[in-house]
Amino acid sequence: MTLRTVEMALATPGVDAAGHPTRIPLGVSGDNGTYREDLGAERMLVNIGPQHPATHGVLRLVIELEGETVKRCIPHVGYLHSGFEKLGEYRHYNQIIPLTDRTDYLSPMANNVGLALAVEALMGIELTERCKVLRVIACEMSRIISHLVWLGTTGIDLGAFTPFLWSFQERERIYNLQEAWTGARLTTSLTRVGGLMADIPDGWEAGLREFTSTFPKTLQEVDTMFTRNAIWIGRTQGVGALTAEEAINFSLSGPMLRASGVDYDVRKDRPYLDYETYDFDVAVGEYGDIYDRYRIRLEEMTQSNRILEQALDRLSRLKGAPINVSDPRVVLPPKSRAMSDMEAMIFHFKQVMEGVKPPAGEVYMGIENPKGELGYYMVSDGTSKPVRWRIRPPSFINLASLPTMCEGSLLSDVIAINASVDIVMGEVDR
Amino acid sequence: MTSLSPSVPALRSEFGAAIGRHAVSSGQTIVYVDGSRSHDVLAWLRDTPGQEFNYLTDVTAVDYRDPERLLEVVYQLRSLGRKADLRVKVALDKREPLTVRSVYHLWRGADWLEREVFDMFGVTFTGHPDLRRILMWETYAEGYPLRKDFPLRGHFSRAEQTRQALAANPEAHYSLEELSLAEAYGELPEDMRERLARGERGFLK
Repeated sequence: MTLRTVEMALATPGVDAAGHPTRIPLGVSGDNGTYREDLGAERMLVNIGPQHPATHGVLRLVIELEGETVKRCIPHVGYLHSGFEKLGEYRHYNQIIPLTDRTDYLSPMANNVGLALAVEALMGIELTERCKVLRVIACEMSRIISHLVWLGTTGIDLGAFTPFLWSFQERERIYNLQEAWTGARLTTSLTRVGGLMADIPDGWEAGLREFTSTFPKTLQEVDTMFTRNAIWIGRTQGVGALTAEEAINFSLSGPMLRASGVDYDVRKDRPYLDYETYDFDVAVGEYGDIYDRYRIRLEEMTQSNRILEQALDRLSRLKGAPINVSDPRVVLPPKSRAMSDMEAMIFHFKQVMEGVKPPAGEVYMGIENPKGELGYYMVSDGTSKPVRWRIRPPSFINLASLPTMCEGSLLSDVIAINASVDIVMGEVDR
Repeated sequence: MTSLSPSVPALRSEFGAAIGRHAVSSGQTIVYVDGSRSHDVLAWLRDTPGQEFNYLTDVTAVDYRDPERLLEVVYQLRSLGRKADLRVKVALDKREPLTVRSVYHLWRGADWLEREVFDMFGVTFTGHPDLRRILMWETYAEGYPLRKDFPLRGHFSRAEQTRQALAANPEAHYSLEELSLAEAYGELPEDMRERLARGERGFLK
């Protein structure tokens, strides 16, 4: 899929002419009769989690085994249920933004952006140019850190420790940038309806430039470490595969959907934040297995890096431009004006006490989050608190396909398959 | 973008009176469908050439603050090929049993989504093969959290919630179904097997 893999691999055994590593047939598979005979037909119930490092949070799997083959897998979720959707109904729209930090806590900035976009769609607000560019930067930074965590933890699940250190080292650099921008590493609460909480500090672009120029080297290293690694290929190829029809039928989204060969990316197919004006490619898989999901996430990081570079170029042309819309209904007036101007003080008071008030109506706003399509469905009755705030959680919906993917595979594959879904329990359980 | 989806007139000519009112909000089309025909309508939308809503983006429900207003089950449909969206709603009277036919067999993605609506709103999806609570535990007795008549802190007092949590047997977190399907059943302690034999449902207390 990636050009550089083709170049590196042309003379390498185990790689076909298209650059795709040759598929190594798995020695054992779910319907391999010998294993069943060896271990007898006795069925066993195995419980994994909720406190288990390989379940990536408080997921609990009850697995029915016949020998080493998974006959049935019953996931239990809800251990981290926090009632965010209910809580959102008691909060002003801007007060919901901190809740979104805590759903998919591996990409908080992207969640913030999604929520603000949903409310803005409800109110018909047109954002400023600089705000859009900064939000794109926030989204793509989130994509990179989320995929880096996925890469590191999945590597550990399959016995590879080194890429974990590399990816967390790179992730740390983005967290430093997030901290410099918002004051928080994890609970960023970056956006506000109509704009952003703050503009980037002076000299911040240089830090991101440095990241985008050196990050591809790490990706290259990971690529060298994993893409043609016999152990990695053996553990991932042909494991947990879903066809395109299955992926659509299961409502999968994000890398899970694209790995199965469905070319659907919200950024391309229903663009928001002017994504259609950025030059990037959407990686699409072929086999729908763990290996393709890995390749897609790796490629998405390269593409995100490209988008970040383009966004930085645009940002330099928009120096000093406003980040917030000039609409007193949604954006606080400057403090100096609120202290001296009657009208500004009234707007200030109304916004602090009542919050923003979208008109009665409803909207579904989906954005391409690292895990998949994150959707916010908002129903407003004209007051400052939503009647319903629904999160369409990509991890939750992707995880629902786990039993189907696991059936007939080996117990050790369950760990790999579960890792490949890329779940965050904060979002699954909300 | 702001206009009505062409699927609505097509639905009206196909299903007539089963299609209720429609609306356009923030450029997105909403169409109300009679609860008894919702499965047929959704199957038609999925399979008819020209509609091809092959992707079920979301299933959720809305309970309005006005207690007189009907509870709505919301289906977000999408056609990946045509890049079109449609929101189908089924309004249910809260004074009657909340029941709607499951779309599990149209879209497997509806499996957990319908379970969540059942868990949070108490809507029963008939034909769903495994309709049980998903985010709350099986013995949860306080009701349906996302209903508007459910207080933010729950129906039970904090003391009662703590008492119930402490009284739960942490070793007995397998559901009856899980225990009975495996031969591990035979290796269970005597008292647990007795309780199972008495027909205790769900998670053992």
